[in-house]
Amino acid sequence: MKHGQYRFIAGFLAAPLAVYAVFVLWPFVQSIYYSFTDWTGLSPEFSMVGVENYSRMLEDDVFWKSLQHSLLFVLLLPLVTIGLALFFAFMINVGGRSRKGAAVTGVRGSSFYKIVYFFPQVLSIAIVALLFQFAYNPNSGALNSALKAVGLDGVQPNWLGDPGLALWCVMAVLVWSTVGFFVVLFSAGMTSIPKDFYEAALLDGASRVTTFFRVTLPLLWDTVQSGWIYMGILALGAESFAVVQIMTVGPGGPDYSTTVLPLYVYMKAFRDGQAAYATTIGVALLVVTLAFAAVVMRLGRRERLEY
Amino acid sequence: MKTTDLPPPEPAGTAGTTEAAEEHSAVRKTAPPPPKEPAKGKEGKTLNVFSHGMLVLWAFMVVMPLLWAVMTSFKNDKDIFTSPWSLPTSLNFDNWSRAWSQAHMSDYFLNTVLVVGGSLIGTMLLGSMAAYVLARFDFPGNRFVYFLFIGGMSFPIILALVPLFYVMNNMGLLNTMHGLILSYIAYSLPFTVFFLTAFFRTLPSSVAEAALIDGASHSRTFFQVMLPMAKPGLISVGIFNFLGQWNQYMLPTVLNTDPDKKVLSQGLVQLAVSQGYKGDWSGLFAGLVMAMLPVLAAYIVFQRQVVAGLTAGALK
Repeated sequence: MKHGQYRFIAGFLAAPLAVYAVFVLWPFVQSIYYSFTDWTGLSPEFSMVGVENYSRMLEDDVFWKSLQHSLLFVLLLPLVTIGLALFFAFMINVGGRSRKGAAVTGVRGSSFYKIVYFFPQVLSIAIVALLFQFAYNPNSGALNSALKAVGLDGVQPNWLGDPGLALWCVMAVLVWSTVGFFVVLFSAGMTSIPKDFYEAALLDGASRVTTFFRVTLPLLWDTVQSGWIYMGILALGAESFAVVQIMTVGPGGPDYSTTVLPLYVYMKAFRDGQAAYATTIGVALLVVTLAFAAVVMRLGRRERLEY
Repeated sequence: MKTTDLPPPEPAGTAGTTEAAEEHSAVRKTAPPPPKEPAKGKEGKTLNVFSHGMLVLWAFMVVMPLLWAVMTSFKNDKDIFTSPWSLPTSLNFDNWSRAWSQAHMSDYFLNTVLVVGGSLIGTMLLGSMAAYVLARFDFPGNRFVYFLFIGGMSFPIILALVPLFYVMNNMGLLNTMHGLILSYIAYSLPFTVFFLTAFFRTLPSSVAEAALIDGASHSRTFFQVMLPMAKPGLISVGIFNFLGQWNQYMLPTVLNTDPDKKVLSQGLVQLAVSQGYKGDWSGLFAGLVMAMLPVLAAYIVFQRQVVAGLTAGALK
């Protein structure tokens, strides 16, 4: 019996573990090892160079720019996205207070908003990036012609072509595409908060702002925290890579004004043939990601409220 | 600032008549509600107008770019450049047929269907097998294997892709469909295992025990008893993986550079570059909308399940 059970366990775990080890775990281990070599990726030969890649990285201006942009992404994007999403979700679920019968109700058409807001989430980030690349087109894009239409002929920004503006354009696209997900996520959390809490707050004369900060937010804290980490990993990883790689010139330009760490890893490895150096930057990205998650977990730690 | 939700001790409307309060006490007993109600209603209204305004504005901002793309896909190239916001003068359906056949959208669709079909089946099968064992059996190393899997959720994938490119090159898996399928499966496993392990733990163990006592083997119990019971969880995580794999961009960009094997998202980017040279913007927009509509349509039809699937992970 016991013997058969272990055979079963091994049999069931073998295939998933093998695929996972070969395609995920082993490459991770390898990449950390390669960051101490001079491997180009083009030839199988390489030798150990110690921390040479790391000292080179510290003097690499483009690396610092990428790091700076990635840090900006990871600090600002969750803040803006989750802030907006909390506001919308609160309005959708608690906003229509003045109706009869219930103490708190959603605004009219709340399910409509939830459906529409979620649209960008089901689209590929590549499609979204392409779409906005055209909207940002300075000559015939949707944005500048809309500005023209309302009489702002003088205001025709170069959007993605302007080094001072390009990064913000890219961030706006990421906000646009992720807010809806968090609205729906927080809505689900808010509907599970008992109505009595709102009634009690109302009876005590709390305003809506107070209700939000004293009732909704504390009870939603766990969801907000995991959402924060989710958004941060997204802002450091594949999503930021896709929008920058597709939308910007270079990519990462103009003048490295939009380059981010995942993109720089990709460029070094697959365009410049410096695979070892690319893994070094990748290790820096790993450190930033883990540090971010640790900080959010630590700052967000508070007594779990049971209800 | 305005906390008029608090029932005011002296209703504003009767402020001037406080001296006469004694005589009018009988009247005042019924009077307070009217002055209070409109005041509260008014505050609610202005806030409602504001909040509703913001909600409408964001809905508008979400829908506008999508509608603009649909509109543009029917225009001819000249109209796209001269008047981006005007309605198309005539419906140019040939944009769509051009994108479908000449611009290889049909190939991209087929490739995506094949890759996602294969990887979705593989992910669900391997993921549920691993999750079941990790959730229901006690063996040395259980926790270790579990954390190995879920650790993959927070690591930056691009870091592993650098060596993986060369690993797959050596194994002859680079630029092949099955190579791409295997890598999709591998990178979907962390979340799938995480989610399904939690799900299998919530299922009652009595049914599985009954099946074992009746002489069913462990694997038979899994496939014929536990999997059907886990259906709601499998549907949620299945939708999550389907959308993630259908929309995947980074993995194929790195691991699948053969123009003939491109999947939808990278094919569109490829199209944007090549059509840019040819100046065929209308064809490109038709391609974009073509890729956009099936997913949006599927979302609207299966709205409830999709939302449950995509938000389930973060709520657990």
